[in-house]
Amino acid sequence: MNNEVLKTGQNQLFTDPDADNARAFFREKSRALKPKLATVESVVRDMISDGDYIAIGGFGANRIPTAIVHEIVRQKKKNLGFAGHTSTHDFQILSAGECFNRCDIAYIIGLEARGLSPNARRYIESGKVQLTEWTNAALSWRLKAAAMGVSFLPARNILGTDTFKYSAGKEIRCPYTGQKYVAYPALFPDFAAIHVHEADVYGNCHIYGSTVSDQDLAKASKRVVITTERIISTEKIRQNPEGTMIPFWCVDAVIEMPYGSYPGNMPYEYFSDEEHIKEWMRAEKDPAAFKDFMDKYIYGTKNFYEYLELCGGIEKMKKLRLEEFLIKTDAK
Amino acid sequence: MSDYNAMELMICVAARNLEDGATVVVGTGAPCAAAMLAQKTKSPNLCIMFEAGGVAPILPQMPISVGDSRTFHQALMAGTMPDIMETCQRGMVDYTFLGGAQIDMYGNINSTMIGTDHAKPKVRFPGSGGANDLASLCWRIMMVTVQDAKRFTEKPDFITSPGYLQGGNSRYDAGLPKGSGPYRIITNMAIMGFDDKSKRMKVLSINPGYSRKDVQDNCGFELLWADKIEDTDPPHADELRILREDVDPYRYIIGR
Repeated sequence: MNNEVLKTGQNQLFTDPDADNARAFFREKSRALKPKLATVESVVRDMISDGDYIAIGGFGANRIPTAIVHEIVRQKKKNLGFAGHTSTHDFQILSAGECFNRCDIAYIIGLEARGLSPNARRYIESGKVQLTEWTNAALSWRLKAAAMGVSFLPARNILGTDTFKYSAGKEIRCPYTGQKYVAYPALFPDFAAIHVHEADVYGNCHIYGSTVSDQDLAKASKRVVITTERIISTEKIRQNPEGTMIPFWCVDAVIEMPYGSYPGNMPYEYFSDEEHIKEWMRAEKDPAAFKDFMDKYIYGTKNFYEYLELCGGIEKMKKLRLEEFLIKTDAK
Repeated sequence: MSDYNAMELMICVAARNLEDGATVVVGTGAPCAAAMLAQKTKSPNLCIMFEAGGVAPILPQMPISVGDSRTFHQALMAGTMPDIMETCQRGMVDYTFLGGAQIDMYGNINSTMIGTDHAKPKVRFPGSGGANDLASLCWRIMMVTVQDAKRFTEKPDFITSPGYLQGGNSRYDAGLPKGSGPYRIITNMAIMGFDDKSKRMKVLSINPGYSRKDVQDNCGFELLWADKIEDTDPPHADELRILREDVDPYRYIIGR
């Protein structure tokens, strides 16, 4: 079989791409239509073990399950593997807790137009984290392969670059045309958290706006928790079945978490809190100040609601809602 | 003294390269400003796409993130990341813009790290994100960047995103899509293209206020020169007005 491989990336593959091993897991996964309401504390305690490989839905600081990410840090989960796929604020939070020790990289340490996270950068430059390079499309397709139940998918990016050299990909030839492809290994995360607009108690989900890779992520992951802006009735799901972006059988737990993407943007609900994200970046410049910041906002808070209160509570949320809808107001 | 700055010039030049009816995937910052300017000037039907899934939005303001609400504001589609990337791979995306810490004479770009040890980089950057994907799969790749001899280097510390790799046919021999590759490098000093055969960077025009010597002195490798070097057409009054009033009124980009 190996003689079919033209080149191999030299870095480590952190997860098992074997489709039959995944099938053996999914054979045992419950597909019962049963209520799955849970709490952030119990989900993080019971569904994530130290050493697990995790992935976070949304796009960095857009539609992210912030409460779950905070709780992973609060419960001091360690030695996780992390899919650094479109990750920005989620990566920043997990880096603050030094929760992971290996990372599949597409995009890390940056916050897009806002600049770079000084603390996440220190964490990566420290050498404490094992790194394997990929790209946004590569990780999307690795999740898509897993969602399809196959062990790899071919694609035409990263060929000839150092991104390939430091990946764990393999170069193969098309059996039909002879064309060179990268064979991307399926990525089956142990755990994924995804934030959505609406879900019923069974985990049928509505997402509005770009869905990024979340439909594939939900299918690819062994255990999936949904945090949702609102719980809705199953009747509403049945009235509009074509709107179900994630079906119940992918989902293990459902948590109602209004403003759950804060300080990130939630499309059609509220815009990102740019002031607070700047506060994170400012605090990170000085490790001592950042420790105080983390004590105040994460370790010193019981849960995500307390964090929201500290950040301005419902008054702030109302302001971010107006911003989302591009409504200018002078009212304080 | 000219009545525009280098960023304004680069955005105006970049915008002129985006013809009506074309597709372009952009990130935040200058590329997004260029696409918006093109749309508001000569290319009203330019289709702007964002890698998180937004297609043909009516952008009410500069996005902060390529996945934020603005990227699909009144859009024709709010899709998925794999769909955008697969549209690129299928050959339906004409242009993209990339940035990076280093670029070489074949248009290979580094946005991953400075140093020699990948496991313990001297300076770490975000990595590819979607850059390698777009550089691999779109037809024509452009870069808008300030030029200096450190950024334009003989040998980048890491090749994150492919240009013409080692030149000649090496990009296509590696398996990357035929006919795709770097197209224009737009700097504060000059506009470069690439030689048809050797695929080396070639100066096409020089911006107002700079000399041939400036352009070469601020480049860490030997540039090729077109037979006839043009003077870059500076920003027109109407371009500047639209850029300043409609595209970037808060000067997020052009104020840099």
